[in-house]
Amino acid sequence: MDLSVIDWSDIWLATWETLVMTGVSLFFTILLGLPLGILLFVTAKRQLLEQGFVYTVLSFVVNVLRSVPFLILLIVMIPVTVILIGTSLGVEGAIPPLVVGTAPFFARLVENVLREVDRGVIEACQAMGIRTSRIIFGALLPEALPGLIAAVTVTAITLMSYAAMSGVIGGGGLGDLAIRFGYQRFQTEVMVITVALLVVLVQIIQYSGDRLVLYFTRK
Amino acid sequence: MIRIENLHKTYRAADGREVEALADIDLDIGAGEVFGIIGRSGAGKSTLIRTLNLLERPSAGRVLIDGEDITQLDSEGLYALRRRVGMIFQHFNLLNAKTVADNIDWPLKATGHTNAAERAARVKELLALVGLSEHGHKYPAQLSGGQKQRVGIARALANRPQILLCDEATSALDPETTQSILRLLLDINRQLGLTIVLITHEMQVIRTICDRVAVIDGGRIVESGRVADVFLHPQHPVTRSMVAQSDALAAASFDPAHAYMQDKLRGTLVRLTYIGDVTYQPILSRIMAGAKVQITILQGEVSSIKDVPFGQLLLELEGGEDDIREVFAELDRHQIHHEVLQ
Repeated sequence: MDLSVIDWSDIWLATWETLVMTGVSLFFTILLGLPLGILLFVTAKRQLLEQGFVYTVLSFVVNVLRSVPFLILLIVMIPVTVILIGTSLGVEGAIPPLVVGTAPFFARLVENVLREVDRGVIEACQAMGIRTSRIIFGALLPEALPGLIAAVTVTAITLMSYAAMSGVIGGGGLGDLAIRFGYQRFQTEVMVITVALLVVLVQIIQYSGDRLVLYFTRK
Repeated sequence: MIRIENLHKTYRAADGREVEALADIDLDIGAGEVFGIIGRSGAGKSTLIRTLNLLERPSAGRVLIDGEDITQLDSEGLYALRRRVGMIFQHFNLLNAKTVADNIDWPLKATGHTNAAERAARVKELLALVGLSEHGHKYPAQLSGGQKQRVGIARALANRPQILLCDEATSALDPETTQSILRLLLDINRQLGLTIVLITHEMQVIRTICDRVAVIDGGRIVESGRVADVFLHPQHPVTRSMVAQSDALAAASFDPAHAYMQDKLRGTLVRLTYIGDVTYQPILSRIMAGAKVQITILQGEVSSIKDVPFGQLLLELEGGEDDIREVFAELDRHQIHHEVLQ
């Protein structure tokens, strides 16, 4: 392997782009996915605001979005992305499909995490005469915080691998680099370095997430 | 204070069948009373206590608290009601993410008490009341079961309720801790004049703190009354078997047919039961001094149910029929209940 062929400034730029794509889409994924997940949880059968119809519709939409393979979603989303931000290329162009691809996934994780919260605790809050909205934000979410952080960690890692995949349709970042140089120009060195960098980034995210979960766990 | 009229609760089970969890429940619970509901698991006692703050909605009937039918309340009325009715649970149901002090503060903060200094003072007062002043900064996971239940009690009292519901509050605790929690509940009942309704499957709990008890079986109340009366003269088979199993009253569970001295018994087997002041008077010796009857004490217990002393003795009487009849008459005169077993 001859590392001298590698243009390191390209690598660092791509790494930065990957981080930006992951970070920005993570932000929007949480922004959309967290309320969606809470809504899924509270409208489900025998929950705080049981609403059979709302739950069925939301659940169906989430399932539909989750059943589209991400590569297909990337392509299907191109016209929508162009309408939204003017281009489907580069770092910006990758963000809408990333958010649409992972928000339903994150919402489902949130729903499951909230289900793990002891029913008795919620019931105790109800017995105290506390309003439902207050129970959700003052008791349910704080109780679920470690689980929610774990869900964000998993989602961040999924986003990073999806972000790399968006290189296929001209998104930026390490994936783009790996495809253009590593694959199309047969620069194995670039491929090895990008993969190694992705491995390192994933490890860092997982490690930080685990530490945070531990920090907020009171059990 | 609390009045339950003709209460019914039916569920639809998973297979579509209707299951009757509660039927024909009528209860009257007075202000300041400690009222126990005892039953085996699945008897419906948990469902019953949960109708008192509408965690469970009855299918028919009325639940009156201070004369107001709570089943008719709108959601605002229900919030207000629940703030007047505290509840503690078998598994404590504390918020793990909050400290002990924050757990107690939470019902205040979340029900519109905005003055933080006032709340802090109230939390301090409650911590002292339940004997946890040193533990306010800890998280529930760092506490023992008994301490967790104390937090539960403090939290339930935060909004100064008039009624405290205890849903198997001591069932997850060891016997010693159970006693200390029961003592605390009794103190609170006396100090604050709080009405306490509790459900349990443990006779000991009823015996230690309740004034009156209702026995529930198969979703129906099969027997109710003053604890001493129900315990010493159980009428319904379920009550009898629970009293017998509790070992609380050895004489009550004595089975003459099963006793090994079956063939050794010569005289009449009699069970004496007495409640109240007579317990500590030398009545038996007075009666026997003048009688031409020999007595043998086979089994017995002198103890108290809450504050009411009682005695229960199993005696063998030997003597002439007339002499024994005379003893019985004397017993009746002193209000000592007797029951000839054999």
